[in-house]
Amino acid sequence: MNRRHLLLIAAACTLAPLAAAAHEFKAGDLVIHHPWARAGAQTRPGAGYVVIENHGAAADRLTGAESRIAEMVELHTHVMENGVAKMTQVEAIDVPAGGKAELKPHGFHLMLMGLKQPLAEGDTFPVTLVFERAGKVEVTFVTEAAGATESAH
Amino acid sequence: MSSVWTRRALIAVLLAALVLCGILLFKLYERYAGEDSGSADIGGPFELVNQDGKTVTEADFKGKLLLIYFGYTYCPDACPTALGVMAAALGKLDVAGERVTPILISIDPARDTPEALKDYVAAFHPRLVGLTGSEEQVAKAAKAYRAFYQKQPGATGEGYLMDHSTLIYLMDAEGKFLTYFGPQATPDEVAEAIRRYL
Ligand SMILES: [Cu+2]
Repeated sequence: MNRRHLLLIAAACTLAPLAAAAHEFKAGDLVIHHPWARAGAQTRPGAGYVVIENHGAAADRLTGAESRIAEMVELHTHVMENGVAKMTQVEAIDVPAGGKAELKPHGFHLMLMGLKQPLAEGDTFPVTLVFERAGKVEVTFVTEAAGATESAH
Repeated sequence: MSSVWTRRALIAVLLAALVLCGILLFKLYERYAGEDSGSADIGGPFELVNQDGKTVTEADFKGKLLLIYFGYTYCPDACPTALGVMAAALGKLDVAGERVTPILISIDPARDTPEALKDYVAAFHPRLVGLTGSEEQVAKAAKAYRAFYQKQPGATGEGYLMDHSTLIYLMDAEGKFLTYFGPQATPDEVAEAIRRYL
């Protein structure tokens, strides 16, 4: 433990509640929680995760996403066949009325392709989520550690 | 007199039945042991190249438990999740975790050169070993572990994805199979299982 560590901890303690508080987005009936991605040492494709709640009476669908940090963002899911994970693109992800869509490891995710620079832990970046009903919603993704298996927030 | 013979005959029949039972049990045992050795067949010799460009074999990893995952660095979801679970499990084991070597074996050697692996593995765990090699070396290692992989059909250019099995194997200090974890395993579950074998 040295002064730099103490400073880092102090900074984390001050900023964490702010980040947590800010880390929810509302758009009409949708509440979008904790968008996050993982750090990578290189510009390999990244995955983005987020939970989208629909408090409305009408179903919505996530139909796409875009971000200035990636050349292309696709919607993906994992299909397991005999223990083999096959990642495939999907056209849309349902956000049922009164329900939620969960984008999480080993399930639905945003695939960030053609990253312009490596994602570093602690970085934030904007992503525009495109919904059938709610339209375009800009949210801020937080970059977690390379080995994060869930959002720390 | 005759009752003695009857008794002897009875004992003989009983003995014969016992022997038959024994043989049957042995056969059954053999079958189950055979099934067991089906999983014991997982693992075996390999020759691969580590993230420093050095050729290594299974002999280089003797003396420690091994946590082995077959994946690739262009894998955005399944692989970082599995490697994250492995790293977190070792973290939970604290000092005891040092008796386990975590290994990523690339199933995409065309893109995963030793140099490419070096940065990648360091991001997950300071002791995570990245192994790659020629197509043949990787194919042989994957076959030994019964790990499946293939380039996604219809993939073009550099941006292709791989389909691959997503098991994490736990091997003993001699490189023999102990158990495996599926993609939904948590760091706690993995740490708990490792603790049983330490
Ligand atoms: Cu994907």
